[in-house]
Amino acid sequence: MQKFITLTGVAAPMPLVNIDTDMIIPKQFLKTIQRSGLGKNLFDEMRYDADGQEIPDFILNQPAYRESQIIVAGDNFGCGSSREHAPWALLDFGIRCVISTSFADIFFNNCFKNGILPVVLPQEAVDALMEDARKGANARITVDLESQTVTGADGTAYHFDIDPHRKHCLLNGLDDIGLTMEKSAAIDTFESRMAQARPWV
Amino acid sequence: MTGTTNAGAPRTLYDKIWDAHVVDQQADGTCLIYIDRHLVHEVTSPQAFEGLRMTGRKVRAPEKTIAVPDHNVPTTWDREKGIDNEESRIQVDALDRNAREFGVHYYPVTDIRQGIVHIVGPEQGWTLPGMTVVCGDSHTATHGAFGALAHGIGTSEVEHVLATQTLIQKKSRNMKVEVTGTLAPGVTAKDVVLHIIGVTGTAGGTGHVIEYCGEAIRGLSMEGRMTICNMAIEGGARAGLIAPDDTTFAYVKGRPHAPKGAAWEAALNWWRTLHTDEGAHFDKVVTIRAEDIAPTVTWGTSPEDALPITATVPAPEDFTGGKVDAARRSLEYMDLAPGTPLDQIAIDAVFIGSCTNGRIEDLRAAAEVLRGRRLAIGVRGMVVPGSGLVRMQAEEEGLDQVFKDAGFEWRLAGCSMCLGMNPDQLSPGERCAATSNRNFEGRQGYKGRTHLMSPAMAAAAGVAGHLTDVRAMTAVSA
Repeated sequence: MQKFITLTGVAAPMPLVNIDTDMIIPKQFLKTIQRSGLGKNLFDEMRYDADGQEIPDFILNQPAYRESQIIVAGDNFGCGSSREHAPWALLDFGIRCVISTSFADIFFNNCFKNGILPVVLPQEAVDALMEDARKGANARITVDLESQTVTGADGTAYHFDIDPHRKHCLLNGLDDIGLTMEKSAAIDTFESRMAQARPWV
Repeated sequence: MTGTTNAGAPRTLYDKIWDAHVVDQQADGTCLIYIDRHLVHEVTSPQAFEGLRMTGRKVRAPEKTIAVPDHNVPTTWDREKGIDNEESRIQVDALDRNAREFGVHYYPVTDIRQGIVHIVGPEQGWTLPGMTVVCGDSHTATHGAFGALAHGIGTSEVEHVLATQTLIQKKSRNMKVEVTGTLAPGVTAKDVVLHIIGVTGTAGGTGHVIEYCGEAIRGLSMEGRMTICNMAIEGGARAGLIAPDDTTFAYVKGRPHAPKGAAWEAALNWWRTLHTDEGAHFDKVVTIRAEDIAPTVTWGTSPEDALPITATVPAPEDFTGGKVDAARRSLEYMDLAPGTPLDQIAIDAVFIGSCTNGRIEDLRAAAEVLRGRRLAIGVRGMVVPGSGLVRMQAEEEGLDQVFKDAGFEWRLAGCSMCLGMNPDQLSPGERCAATSNRNFEGRQGYKGRTHLMSPAMAAAAGVAGHLTDVRAMTAVSA
């Protein structure tokens, strides 16, 4: 997994609430058996018309936002399905950080497995950063995981909370499976105990 | 937040199941949780199996892993000839190869037991009270109806569970949704859960595990309870739970993978302890009166856009904050004008099926409405049983004939038009009365329009040609 340490970039404003996983990556792109290559279909039905032509108004089609690395989004971003294709598509497009007032649980979790940092901030902070995002390259946003801050264009820094385990894994690009495999003795012990206590499982 | 609850303190059902599965706990509260059942389907697993292959890892507990293709499979009667769409075929073939290579339990398309993974698990007795159940699918919440802690995971976590039979997790908060009193005639589990989501919103359960309780929940069959827990995720909660009771035990008993003999008795003894203790703490409590719930439908593109069928389409100005723009966008997408009575919205299609409402009881409820009636002219209808066994049962009861006589297509089992990964899709602009779980933009097909409702309500809409109150059609008093 790619490390996430710090990032300064253009943020795309997407103030719509409840941006769901079906919007992020529609079902026809879930048929892949790979993790890569989904970036061109990120937000597909919002981004392209029925003939596959770009819809110029859509934020990521606008010249100022084609290289966005951050999204500032409305409440409850990523609600819906468990498809990890959603963070895969974001990552493949180049998005490394999403900032919102809240995220759906499964999406939130999936981001950390892919080197994407989802940042939860209070409404006022998201509103201020949304204004920065609307200014495109004239108001770049800096995200620093070590100090747990998002800094807007005017220098205002917003502190965010993050689970220490997740922070550690993201900063170091650690693979969860490798970490858990080191605990296989504990898993063995649990299984033997359960074979006695709940043999029907 | 701590991992395990203090000894002796009153615990919720969630606390008890959680405590019984903690393998390891770090200082910051991050836990390693043991997984009793891992369900696998073809869409979210290929990259996970590929990950195992690349690292030379094995499936740690193949005997606890169950695979079944459901999302991509055709539901037409000629499906034995194979899948036309190349990508879908590759995905189903990959599951077939992975299941055999890694030696997990497997129900291929040709097996009568094949169906939607969340219908097959309970049907075969894989899902039992007190278990932890995961699947790379958000509707894994369904299994919570058995008092099992069940939730969706992403593909990275699928790989993690395959390799280690555990998940790294922090405990969620406890939320209680109590539905007091008795449901009115014509009001079903689907109406209850849509009503709940209408009250709590799609983010109301975020960060929580919901326990559904109260007299109205207790009175539901296992099928109804599965409908409720299935849509916990639409209320923002990864998992929903209903405490197991005699209804649960009667459903489980005798199923192929349920315990037998002395093991059954031992299991039953433990299962009877799986309830929330008096005085246990909930971080959030919502109480709903069953009497306030009417047959409910959605008007917009979020499951929280739920209203009684007697209501009218709202205006964006009826909302506040970010929901104003979201409602405006929904109304435009759905091509609806504020103030339109919901029961005047004309439909083009009816879809009966999905992991929400594709069980035998759902098909019976829809058939009951359709007996002696026909789909309105210009309305197409499709019934997709949730599993091969549900289909067989329905055919034994003659329900297939009721549906066919009413003008419906009678299909083979799969996820079908709930999300349209197979050819079962809406056309642009087509409006559907659907018994599924999501009304998101494009969910059932590009530019398709979805109204969520119960099987009886969907059947009634098909007959009327527009959304309608099933209570009027079946002459039950409101």
